[in-house]
Amino acid sequence: MLSIRALSRVGLTSPGLGPIDLQLAGGSVAAVTGASGAGKSMLLRAIADLDECSGEVLLDGVNRDTMSAPQWRRRVTYLAAESGWWADGVGGHFSETQAASRLLGRLGLNDDALGWPVSRLSTGEKQRLALIRALIQNPQVLLLDEPTSALDPDSRTMVEDLLAERIAAGLSVLIVSHDAAQTKRLGARIYLIDGGRLVDNGGTT
Amino acid sequence: MNFIALGYEDLTLASLLLLFSGLLSMRLKLNMERQIGVAALRMVIQLMLIGMVLKILFAMVSPLWTGLAAAIMIAIAGREAAARQTRKFTGWWTYGLGTSSLMLAGSLVTVLALTTQIRPEPWFDPRFALPILGMILGNTMSGVSIGLDRLLGEAVREKVAVEARLALGHDRASAFRPLVRNAVRAGLMNIINAMSVAGVVSIPGMMTGQILAGVDPTEAVKYQILIMFLIAGSTALGTLAAVVFATRRLSDNRHRLRLDHLRSDIKES
Repeated sequence: MLSIRALSRVGLTSPGLGPIDLQLAGGSVAAVTGASGAGKSMLLRAIADLDECSGEVLLDGVNRDTMSAPQWRRRVTYLAAESGWWADGVGGHFSETQAASRLLGRLGLNDDALGWPVSRLSTGEKQRLALIRALIQNPQVLLLDEPTSALDPDSRTMVEDLLAERIAAGLSVLIVSHDAAQTKRLGARIYLIDGGRLVDNGGTT
Repeated sequence: MNFIALGYEDLTLASLLLLFSGLLSMRLKLNMERQIGVAALRMVIQLMLIGMVLKILFAMVSPLWTGLAAAIMIAIAGREAAARQTRKFTGWWTYGLGTSSLMLAGSLVTVLALTTQIRPEPWFDPRFALPILGMILGNTMSGVSIGLDRLLGEAVREKVAVEARLALGHDRASAFRPLVRNAVRAGLMNIINAMSVAGVVSIPGMMTGQILAGVDPTEAVKYQILIMFLIAGSTALGTLAAVVFATRRLSDNRHRLRLDHLRSDIKES
């Protein structure tokens, strides 16, 4: 259970973020929608402790301030809309290449992709590889920022199937998505973010 | 020793070369004559002044005045290192980081050389301390300056990559490691090049000076090797210190990338 209490971004004037309260049970999915610049990404970054915030964020009753930030982010992992790459080779970005290789086929990626240079990857391939990179660390919560924006329908289905499998196994997902059909397929509870405030839209429609 | 002293008429004769370039610039409408003239005048005034100051300091052999001169040299070197930066930290951080790294590396290496290798009597004799500190600072300054410039530039450019690592739970030291490596490498490039071509492509200035002053070339070479080691050691230490300190300021204890610690205005170069 991820519990967010009065989370606000500090040192930022309008529109800012929060205060936001949100509960996300283990194995559940919530989606955040809203206009561009409403604070969707800012919320995910705040939960991952990537920006300075006030308020409390707890995972299974444990406050994130009681653990180091890297420990927290391994449990509650944020996947930015734009994936980041720091080495020349794709394989250099994966802690466990074996676990990563097993997932390549599941997302329609070439089996040799880990041996490729990053410069050869398309945006869609990067997006899927970044998801694999986060999944193999087995986080409890995934914060996904438009994870299928660059994917064709087939690849998108594969990503959704893999996510659904992990969610059934207990992963919690908070997803920013503009795709109402996608959030419905994932069975997400919908929240609207407007001017940095979260509005519960209720239900899963 | 067969040292040949120069008269002012010799210098005047040499300055005719510059006068000639100035005339050439005017004739070709390059508009460089003013810049050349100002730079030459600055050089003459600065060097004559420092000549007088050094003469007084050398006569005094005072630890206090020598220390003061060294402190001023470090402060000016720090200011120059900060002035060359395209991106700067907010407040005094760029100047502070640059100057403290220069102070750390420059004074450590100079004191070490004076007390264990050159060993003048007393060890702080300004005739040895100040020229050696000057050579070390001049080179360390360029390493620190280039290293910081590269690091801050890459931190902004590689924001997405750095934050991707932080988001995956890597600590800030790992997230910054490729940037630190590039920045230190860039900072050390000059001194590595200088060591590689020393004596083959370039005859180093200090060695040339000693040879002109009548010192046996093999002795002058020994001094030059010592100075090269001192410069390389200090440049490596100073650049590494500045770059590592800077990564601390670019992040916080919750391992966040803090680009808000950089000024938003960029100096056009």
